[in-house]
Amino acid sequence: MDVMPKWAEVILVPLISLILAALLSAVVILAIGENPIKAVSIMVDGSIGGVRGWGYTLYYATNFIFTGLCVSVAFHARLFNIGGEGQAMLGGLGVALVLLYIPFPHWSLALVAASIGAALFGALWALIPAWLQAARGSHIVITTIMFNFMAAGLLNYLLSNTLKPAGQSDPASAKFDAAYDLPTLNSILTDLGFQAARDDSVNVTFLLAIAACFAVWFLLWRTRLGFQIRSFGQSETAAKYAGISPLKITVIAMLISGGLAGLMAVNTAMGEQERLVLNSVEGAGFIGIAVALMGRNHPFGVFLAALLFGFLYQGGAELALWTSIPRELITVIQALVILFTGALDNMVRTPLANLFLHLRKGKEPPETAPPPPGPKRPDHEPEGTVKEA
Amino acid sequence: MTFARSLLASAAATALMAGAALADPAIIFDLGGKFDKSFNESAFNGATKWAEETGGSFAEIEMQSEAQREQALRRLAEDGANPIVMTGFAFATVLGEVAPDYADTKFVIIDGVVDAPNVRSVVFKEQEGSYLVGMLAGMASESGTVSFVGGMDIPLIHKFACGYAQGVKAANPDATIIQNMTGTTPAAWNDPVKGSELTKAQISQGSDVVYAAAGGTGVGVLQTAADEGIFSIGVDSNQNHLHPGSVLTSMLKRVDVAVYNAFTAGADGIEPGIVALGLAEGGVDYAVDDNNAELITEEMMTAVDAAKEKIIAGEIEVHNYETDSTCPAM
Repeated sequence: MDVMPKWAEVILVPLISLILAALLSAVVILAIGENPIKAVSIMVDGSIGGVRGWGYTLYYATNFIFTGLCVSVAFHARLFNIGGEGQAMLGGLGVALVLLYIPFPHWSLALVAASIGAALFGALWALIPAWLQAARGSHIVITTIMFNFMAAGLLNYLLSNTLKPAGQSDPASAKFDAAYDLPTLNSILTDLGFQAARDDSVNVTFLLAIAACFAVWFLLWRTRLGFQIRSFGQSETAAKYAGISPLKITVIAMLISGGLAGLMAVNTAMGEQERLVLNSVEGAGFIGIAVALMGRNHPFGVFLAALLFGFLYQGGAELALWTSIPRELITVIQALVILFTGALDNMVRTPLANLFLHLRKGKEPPETAPPPPGPKRPDHEPEGTVKEA
Repeated sequence: MTFARSLLASAAATALMAGAALADPAIIFDLGGKFDKSFNESAFNGATKWAEETGGSFAEIEMQSEAQREQALRRLAEDGANPIVMTGFAFATVLGEVAPDYADTKFVIIDGVVDAPNVRSVVFKEQEGSYLVGMLAGMASESGTVSFVGGMDIPLIHKFACGYAQGVKAANPDATIIQNMTGTTPAAWNDPVKGSELTKAQISQGSDVVYAAAGGTGVGVLQTAADEGIFSIGVDSNQNHLHPGSVLTSMLKRVDVAVYNAFTAGADGIEPGIVALGLAEGGVDYAVDDNNAELITEEMMTAVDAAKEKIIAGEIEVHNYETDSTCPAM
């Protein structure tokens, strides 16, 4: 499959897909009678045009990095974890329980403990679907989706009945101790003497997310467990033959995946809202699927894709704020990005591969020119072989 | 160098423009939607009325998620919107945190109480208006069973229910009152399907007048009542026109007036503190117009107006559920 150079594979294909999605979005914006150029400038200005915009873009990106990594790790074991949403909700519960019921002398200790709580709760929420898949063959897509609803119901119950402080109408937990407020980009800039916004947006959890990217990369490509996960994903029978236990790998991969999703809650519950509210995940679990697709399940790709979606998310909020373009349209744009980068990937890849093949043919004909009877378009070759077989 | 400088200059210019563009008032609608035909829409009407009369403009945000309240609030405050009005109790916690950071901005919260020097908290004596529509329900009911559909299960909505129950009992001491809440989350403000189901269940238990205090969910309640041929009572906005002949009356909660007054007073004119608007202040009332004039007899009108006078004069004390979380009439 080395039809294209690596840079074209990694950068050019997603870029062209993005441009196509953007063009189509512009058509949609035109169709509802708004100016696409103005819309783009509002989005850019509101998301990367100032400290406040960057703060929220990176804040959302932090969420998407965690959920994107969550989906990626599971993908490498050929498991489609759609339960990031529920696992992140439970992660929030972990954060809240740790911060509400255990006293800490300093925010850094609280951060460590909250992270452990979040990852633990997220991982445990993934454990049952994982075990059901591995031991009973219940499809993980179905079970994780169902667990999202169960998580929402559980959180709803706990927030309305148990965690809600007396006298409060809003179904939300009490505020966490102010001493646990995480340092944010804004507070750091203010301390350094710059003028910054006063939001609690991007915070130290962003660094935790970057660390998680490295950790996932190291795990998958530099450890024995990572190799086992990937081999299991490539071929279950081969992995079994090599002595890898499918049950063990399925469960471990899902635990890691759920733990990563849970960690997202540190950013939302502890970093921004400083209490647990309903719906604090805001669909990040599902966006994680798109992020992982677009990032080709590689931590670095996930990081870049998360930045892009952070931009879309924050830019979209601004768009809804300052124009009559409904917020739903942002969902349309996001969907187009997912459609082009994920589902319609080959629409861009195939012509591009042909192009590169042509270019290469022109440059160095003697080495790479195919033998005369060979197929003209090698990308169609697999299909041909399948038909013959 | 020149390029960088012009870039900086243009950035500075946009920053200035963004700041100058917004000395306008702003309003934030909570979950449930701006066009819920009830609570939020009433607020929107008040803002629109102000804009039409003064030719001014206002910024508005419709909340989409519980998690973004603080972001929305700070966004408006930092862009210089002043005053900022928000509808809904759910903003109380967030506003308590945000208000001290923007001492020069005036905030008005409706249905919630926040104690800060730059916040005006507007609450309504919903029990008084509900008492009046409860009396009408008690007199209009032939089966002797009436019902109530609440939105989210919170003390505020129990306050409506309790006032209603007291009014029903005042008109008909033997009446049965059925009460249901739609849910425990803000989604309960916008679930007309469930509102409809609850109404059907109440009708099967004999109810022939249903009072909806449920935001957008009430649309389903009123629709079902009209379909099934029973009376309904609207809330917050005047909803008599939705199903003429079926909507007996509406419990008016003048959120529109509260918003209009806040916008008219402007940042300098808004006085901080708590105001409770009841019958005496014209904050709550029941609605009579062409759509329901035939449904309310002379006799009913006289009785209700007499009760209204007595409440204003303090001769009838309608129990407020929020003071002790109990309701004597339920």
